[in-house]
Amino acid sequence: MRSLQVQAMAASHWQTKAARETLLQRARMLKNIRAFFDERGVIEVETPLLSHFASTDPHLDSLQSCFREQHCYLNTSPEYAMKRLLADWQQSIYQICKAFRDDELGPYHNPEFSLLEWYRIGFDMPQLMDELEQLIKHLCQLSPHISIDDAGFERLSYQQAFETFAGINPHQANARQCYQLALEKGIEIPQGLGPDDDLGQWLDWLLMQLVLPGFAKERFTFMYDYPASQCALAKTAVNEQGITVAKRFELFFGEVELANGFHELTDADEQLSRFQQENRARQQAAKAQNPIDENFIAALKSGLPECSGVALGLDRLLMVFTRSRAIEQVLSFSWENS
Amino acid sequence: MASNIAFIANANRQKFNMATYSTNQFKNGLKIILDGDPCSITENNVVKPGKGQAFNKIKAKNLRTGRVLERTFKSTESVEAADVDEMNVEYLYSDGEFWHFMEPTTFEQYAASEVAVGDAVKWIKGQEACVMTLWDGAPLSITPPNFVELAVAHTDPGLKGDTAQGATKPATLETGTEVKVPLFIEEGDILKIDTRTGDYVSRA
Repeated sequence: MRSLQVQAMAASHWQTKAARETLLQRARMLKNIRAFFDERGVIEVETPLLSHFASTDPHLDSLQSCFREQHCYLNTSPEYAMKRLLADWQQSIYQICKAFRDDELGPYHNPEFSLLEWYRIGFDMPQLMDELEQLIKHLCQLSPHISIDDAGFERLSYQQAFETFAGINPHQANARQCYQLALEKGIEIPQGLGPDDDLGQWLDWLLMQLVLPGFAKERFTFMYDYPASQCALAKTAVNEQGITVAKRFELFFGEVELANGFHELTDADEQLSRFQQENRARQQAAKAQNPIDENFIAALKSGLPECSGVALGLDRLLMVFTRSRAIEQVLSFSWENS
Repeated sequence: MASNIAFIANANRQKFNMATYSTNQFKNGLKIILDGDPCSITENNVVKPGKGQAFNKIKAKNLRTGRVLERTFKSTESVEAADVDEMNVEYLYSDGEFWHFMEPTTFEQYAASEVAVGDAVKWIKGQEACVMTLWDGAPLSITPPNFVELAVAHTDPGLKGDTAQGATKPATLETGTEVKVPLFIEEGDILKIDTRTGDYVSRA
């Protein structure tokens, strides 16, 4: 009797939990993405998933592997390798690939996920946001749930979003003020986050608790001009109010983040110094320091063309198109039964 | 027989050398201390605003009160581990203040308080194989067997001619617990009871 139950469980475990129609829609989405970029003369490329180097981003953890006793890393995004091609070719490129992140599992996270990443030579940030908007509208034709008319796009600067929905200027606030605001608004304060913690962590928490819930539910929202402290691989620039901001944007549907883009930093020295700074932050957070991708730095030194690039999470986009509540509903097999 | 009065150990909980778990070790079933009580994680999700700081949102069941808590942790935060074990034990007797259980292979004895025994007291009279949950070596809760057999101490005679389908009457078991039984049950009958629901199953 017991063994029969075990067999029954195993029997349901091997099958996909995704609806057949959802997986067919994934196939159509990939086809339409390729058609979109073909038409624009953007070349599809493929770069390694496995690398000797890893991202130094203190908020990302790489999955690690071993080849002939040599330590290696699964990529958290194809960014470094794609920029090496960009520096080499001076040509706009796109890639559809898997990316891997340790410790990311939840309704919107699977340790392995699909990314569309592309780089446009000569584009600034607003131009790339325009193209991302066009792509989404193009793909929305696939979804019976979203009409192109409904697929409205809002654009808000990080500052506007925080001022509107949290009542705080993120460029002038400090951690203590954020803490006070959390107390006043009566929002939960996570264990481990106190008034003396890093401002960036507080802004991330307020973003999730106060700002994103204010975004229009069934619409796409671009948020751009991030605090310079969150610049990652983006250029920084001084805005109209004299504040240095990162030329970085993210795209959300409702509260869900779909894409992250940069007006790409081309300065090799600045990039190297940011990586070193990130490694120091990793050390402070008791995380292993990661080997900085010297090939990538060398490519920047040789000359990355002025460009903008963006990574779009395809699983989450498919969740939007299919009205799915959990990422496993759009994956053939999720971590649970992979 | 050495009597190990384990509840005393509870008062002397060793506060030094505490084990901790980092949020990246969180998984369902992991036992941690929240608000001073041992809890078992029932749900663990990572939430993250785009590229930034990750947070773990968890649900956990308080093993002492049974209540479910929701908590958020900054990722990489560490949390005190709860030293929680389960052990098969046999119920021996109650002295009115404590309920005494024995681990059948080592003969080690444990005294559980009324709070720890909880509802199990309704179903055990002696010699039942129970599961004892221990926290820092002291009894935290007792789970009785799923089915127990207990005699009816008192019940009114069933009314002759009452043929209503599914009609029941109250019966008091030898442990003092009242259950609903079919009308044909008489005093002295041995009944099989499902302790998870408190329902009469059959005559044993």
